[in-house]
Amino acid sequence: MIEVRQLVKSFDGRTVLHGVDACFETGKTNLIIGQSGSGKTVLMKSLVGLLQPDSGEILFDGRNLLAMNREEIASLRKEIGMLFQGSALFDSETVLGNVMFPLIMFTRMSRGEMRDRAMFCLERVNLTGAENKYPSEISGGMQKRVAIARAIALNPRYLFCDEPNSGLDPKTSILIDELLSDITHEYGITTVINTHDMNSVLGIGENIIFINKGYREWVGDMSKIYNTTNEALNNFVFATHLFQEVREYVAEHGTIEQRKK
Amino acid sequence: MLLTDSLATFGRYCIFLRRIFALPERWGVFGRRTIAEVAKLGIDSIPLVLIISLFIGAVITIQMQLNIASPLIPSYSVGLATRDIVLLEFSNSILCLILAGKVGSNIASEIGTMRVTEQIDALEIMGVNSANYLVLPKIVAFVAFMPVLVILCMGTSLVGGWLVAVVTDLITVSRYVYGLQAFFQEWYVWYALIKSLVFAFIITTTASFYGYTVKGGALDVGKASTNGVVSSSIFILLFDVILTKLLLQ
Repeated sequence: MIEVRQLVKSFDGRTVLHGVDACFETGKTNLIIGQSGSGKTVLMKSLVGLLQPDSGEILFDGRNLLAMNREEIASLRKEIGMLFQGSALFDSETVLGNVMFPLIMFTRMSRGEMRDRAMFCLERVNLTGAENKYPSEISGGMQKRVAIARAIALNPRYLFCDEPNSGLDPKTSILIDELLSDITHEYGITTVINTHDMNSVLGIGENIIFINKGYREWVGDMSKIYNTTNEALNNFVFATHLFQEVREYVAEHGTIEQRKK
Repeated sequence: MLLTDSLATFGRYCIFLRRIFALPERWGVFGRRTIAEVAKLGIDSIPLVLIISLFIGAVITIQMQLNIASPLIPSYSVGLATRDIVLLEFSNSILCLILAGKVGSNIASEIGTMRVTEQIDALEIMGVNSANYLVLPKIVAFVAFMPVLVILCMGTSLVGGWLVAVVTDLITVSRYVYGLQAFFQEWYVWYALIKSLVFAFIITTTASFYGYTVKGGALDVGKASTNGVVSSSIFILLFDVILTKLLLQ
């Protein structure tokens, strides 16, 4: 579990996060949602230590990130996997090389064991047969899956995903969402996903944190989001006719799952 | 304002150097990366060094002959002057200014692109010291290979001058070769090698610093690459003066 307490972050005197409190639960897909510029990327970067907050606490199962020294942070980071918006695969390495990279750097496995583990991760994301290709030779969706395989190679306790669906077609987005959700439940990872894709919110959002203008405005799961009275959240989630109709349908017939049946 | 900005940049450069000079996490990985960088930064520069050295050596010889031709000056002086110009300035300072363009822009754009595509963030998130992992192999490889480039430059430049003597009737081959050997001071070779090592360090660290600290997108990577080359060149010229004063007086 990751707990955030009273997190404040400013840039050049402009406060971007105003004392944010949040709790990201273990074994669940935790979503941070909000409009562009609301502060969710700053929150995500603060969580993984790429930005230094002005004040507050970030507790990884009780260990305060902001009170750690450099060695402790390096040690914690070995428990973290991250999927970047642009995948951030190493151009000079093949798909297999990318997935093997954390194993080479942080384990004492033999070359064969590393290869087996990397192939297992690639199989887990349904990407066998592409191991010898370079990132530039595969599609955006495949790159995301390679990045997920790399992120889970060291069996992380915490998985962070920064807009995993950006630049993907709706079908591939759903595949990535399902993959992230499956991996989270399978390995009991604390997964934190930063998104403004409403399909993700209504599809895999088990614990949703809505950030608005730097404040934590709302917390709940996808079933509660249909009945929310929070105006800012309503305006954000149900901005399109499609999602307004979805909400009306749910209000009338119960859940989307009932319709699927 | 300019002074404080410069001091702040220098401070960030020093912090960057401190992060680079740590023990590698995996010596095997470091060794493999260093060998790859020797190929990329060093061996790939050999054709450029050979071409430039050959032509500049030839031009220096022609210029010397045309400018110091006098009954009062012995004809072997052309070879002697060519040799000393090559050893004292061309094979180190001028060569490194040229390499600052090729190698410096290569390093700054490579690391800058990794920064804007979040590859450096990915390394940091994994717990890898990205400055050490990316930059130290480049510094070690280029500094280690620089003497090879300098020696090649010296030899090829003198061959360029010799070709002028062979092909034209400006100077006889025997006089040119005699001039190359006359009053030879071994220290000049060491002087050239010492300077080139300092310049290799300046090129790799300055270009890496500008690439590593880039913010923004593709345009900013281009700017970082230009800044890296310009700053490296200025520092090479500055240290050329300092080292010449220190080593030749």
